[in-house]
Amino acid sequence: MKNNKYLERIYNGVWKENPLFVLVLGTCPTLAVTTSATNGFGMGLAATAVLILSNIIISALRNVIPGKVRLPAEIVIVASLVTVCDMLMEAFTPELYDSLGIFIPLIVVNCIILGRAEAFALKNKPLVSAFDGLGMGLGFTVALVLIGGFREILGAGTIFGLKVMPAGYTPISIFILAPGAFLVYAMLTALQNKLKLPCATNGDAKDPDHVMCDGNCTMCRIHSLAPTAETINAPKKPAAKPAEPKAETPATEIKEN
Amino acid sequence: MLAKLLIIAVSSCLVSNVVLSQFLGICSFVGVSTDVKTSAGMGGAVVFVITLASAVASLIYNYVLTPLNITYLKTIVFIVVIAALVQIVEMFMHKCMLSLYNALGVYLPLITTNCAVLGVALTNAQNSFGFVESVVNGFATALGYCIAIILLAGIREHMEGNDVPHSWQGMPIVLITAALMSISFFGFSGIM
Repeated sequence: MKNNKYLERIYNGVWKENPLFVLVLGTCPTLAVTTSATNGFGMGLAATAVLILSNIIISALRNVIPGKVRLPAEIVIVASLVTVCDMLMEAFTPELYDSLGIFIPLIVVNCIILGRAEAFALKNKPLVSAFDGLGMGLGFTVALVLIGGFREILGAGTIFGLKVMPAGYTPISIFILAPGAFLVYAMLTALQNKLKLPCATNGDAKDPDHVMCDGNCTMCRIHSLAPTAETINAPKKPAAKPAEPKAETPATEIKEN
Repeated sequence: MLAKLLIIAVSSCLVSNVVLSQFLGICSFVGVSTDVKTSAGMGGAVVFVITLASAVASLIYNYVLTPLNITYLKTIVFIVVIAALVQIVEMFMHKCMLSLYNALGVYLPLITTNCAVLGVALTNAQNSFGFVESVVNGFATALGYCIAIILLAGIREHMEGNDVPHSWQGMPIVLITAALMSISFFGFSGIM
């Protein structure tokens, strides 16, 4: 399985670097939409569609986009795709659209999308990037369905809307309410801690400020490109020099690939 | 009008708290809440940025996007505008309001990571709030964030000396705390 580079991408996304369980990206939508397995599934598929398309487009344009404006370009591409996805869902899956609400447009700031664009699509060919997006998207979907299913079974006694618990079971409705999201996520991370499974937020080596997104999310990256306080304030000549190689790095990376 | 604004304010500040019931801005809520002082600084900066962002986003939505009938572009426009806005605010503060920058500036980069900023702008557009309503909603939402993060930081400071079981140290116990806070904020739904 690991020999084929396309299948390897899917294995990597679903298991080895699962975006939710291992990389801990996209926590906000996870906590918000996993009130049922169906919602988790819908959110996962929407994110997967955006992820695959954004990976393909960004990878195809990787030699065209100038290094200095690559982030704004990527964000506009992702935002356009999210808008398309938003309109399609409003038209064809109105119920799901209502229950996911604001979290569909918020896919734009989902750390997974831009994280993969930067970490993978900018350095690889379109086809393998598409598979990377597919793998990561499937990993995200599987994780959302698992958490959503768990909450739905305990909180409503159903899964995908079908009754699974015996008639005598009283649903513990807190699990499908807001506190249940934190509770289930806490149990999950505790379990990962106990079993010493890889997880970006566990262990003590991590910088607490970037505990969730690891500098991968849209806004961190926008910020990393902006002039910092030092470069604004410093006298112009010395400031220009350290700034330049930084801006050049992405461009050289692209040429090498 | 005033009653309506008050309802918006109470609802977005307490009843549907931005972090504890809408799950926006979880990253910084968990990441920065290590002590009360830092959290207060972060909270102040969030209030500033979200209020400003919702004002600007509301002006653009109501006076540019709606007349031109291109409201479907709101996601693209908002993300670009907000990203640019935070940069401009940071640079402006650094040049012209150095004391404010020293108090809040260090938190500005962290706020930009906050999906709550885009979230509030989108909520305002979704509910077709006018300018005043948007500003009030933005301010109240940010205040709700501020309350939640300061409370969590206070609890975490007290928790430092506690003997937490090994598996629950770090993230898990913070999330459990957040869950309990979320339960208590649930009580506010009774006042609406």
